[in-house]
Amino acid sequence: MRHKESEITVNKGQLSRKDESVIRIRGLKKSFGKKEVLKNINMDVYKGENVVILGQSGSGKSVIIQCIVGMLSPDAGDLKVFDQEVSALGETKLKELRIRIGFLFQSGALYDSMTVRENMQFPLIRILKMKDQNEIDQRVEEVLKSVGLYESIDKMPSDLSGGMRKRAGLARTLVVNPELMLYDEPTTGLDPITSREISNMVLEIQKKYKTTSIIITHDMECASITADRVLVLNNGEFIAEGSFDEVKNSKDDLVSSFFK
Amino acid sequence: MADEVFKGWKGWFAESGEQLIFFRAFVRNLFRPGFEWSEFVRQCYETGYKSFTLVGTTAFIMGLVLALQLRPALVGFGADSLLPKSLADSIVKEIGPVITAIICAGKIASGIGAELGSMKVTEQIDAMEVSGANPLQFLVVTRILATTVMVPLLTLLGDVLGLMGGFVAINITSKVSLWLYFNKCIAALSFSDLLPAFIKTIFFGFVIGFIGCYKGYTSNKGTESVGLAANSAVVAASLWIFVIDAIVVQVSNIIIY
Repeated sequence: MRHKESEITVNKGQLSRKDESVIRIRGLKKSFGKKEVLKNINMDVYKGENVVILGQSGSGKSVIIQCIVGMLSPDAGDLKVFDQEVSALGETKLKELRIRIGFLFQSGALYDSMTVRENMQFPLIRILKMKDQNEIDQRVEEVLKSVGLYESIDKMPSDLSGGMRKRAGLARTLVVNPELMLYDEPTTGLDPITSREISNMVLEIQKKYKTTSIIITHDMECASITADRVLVLNNGEFIAEGSFDEVKNSKDDLVSSFFK
Repeated sequence: MADEVFKGWKGWFAESGEQLIFFRAFVRNLFRPGFEWSEFVRQCYETGYKSFTLVGTTAFIMGLVLALQLRPALVGFGADSLLPKSLADSIVKEIGPVITAIICAGKIASGIGAELGSMKVTEQIDAMEVSGANPLQFLVVTRILATTVMVPLLTLLGDVLGLMGGFVAINITSKVSLWLYFNKCIAALSFSDLLPAFIKTIFFGFVIGFIGCYKGYTSNKGTESVGLAANSAVVAASLWIFVIDAIVVQVSNIIIY
């Protein structure tokens, strides 16, 4: 079960090495001051799969997705997203890449001076440069209905509950039709019922919008619902990889301790 | 102790460098296509219009008190007819612009610092950035331009209401018509008095917006950094206001006289 670069376990989504690679990471390193957070990260994410990264708090899970989206620059290693080396991209190319990626923040990160409708319109007007108001309204309605939040379209973020904020954040990310979704702890701070709803929504999104996803989570139920493949991060390296059940039933004490 | 002094100066130079980089980013984004007109108008309303009452009230009271305190001194010299001129000189050339700018630094710079700081803490700025939008163009350029436009307008309002306060104060003890009073005020001012006063308000507006945005946008990701951003924005903007005031007065004196 210990991860080696050449060992890519075929997951329950029936993916193989022949599938198109969306993300390819080799020897990724990242330090903050003297603390080496990522020591040697190697991973591939294939088109259409949901990859869950498990790990302790502070193990650097979020740092990986922040490197993927270009928020942080790695100290060493190769990181290719859609066949483009992220750290080598200029401002314009990075912006173009980011349009293809959806990032759901832990807090939802809704713009709190705008209503839910305006939050949805923001990327359509500013990123996709859509001008037709009818087309914009139609797209906003469609996405809000798909996350079950249409009734709250004119509410301010401060009037929404934690779960609703997450769903609104998700809708704002989906409104531009991203090909790759990065979820940073999508169920943190939510009650078990809402967590399950959000986890099922992540799965529905994968099917409906044909997205590829990386899900960073501590929530085992979320991992069991959403994961095609699970990677376990410990001490700056992946120590296990496989389907949820394979990793859960690992004989490695460190890996199995995540599931106790 | 020497270490602390060294660290302090090192920090000051580092921050000055960061401010220059932030200024360059502002200029680059200012001339990029896709100016956010609707957000600019909203910011003019938020920063400018919503400060009208505070600036107006303060300026009126300031003019009133100034006239009440000047009057006995001028009467002592038999020069009470110079009261409108003295008020116009002091309010329009110095007190009006500086007091308005200080009030705006307290209200607007701290507001911008806290707003952008909290957007940073709650990952809203990061969300904007990773979505492919341009947070500098949307958040920073609009706010700096809004304060650069609105602070001169607020100063104009403050000057007029300050002179009105002076008129009320004069009319408590003697009777002067509004027409005569304002005629005397305007006659006391020349174009060379008004121009430097107006130009410095543009710089005041810019520095209030710039410092507020810089402190908020570059704040750390802790909740205490929101308060720190608001607080340091007021302190730095107020200091800059006095520095700019001194420079503009010196330069205009050299050019005009």
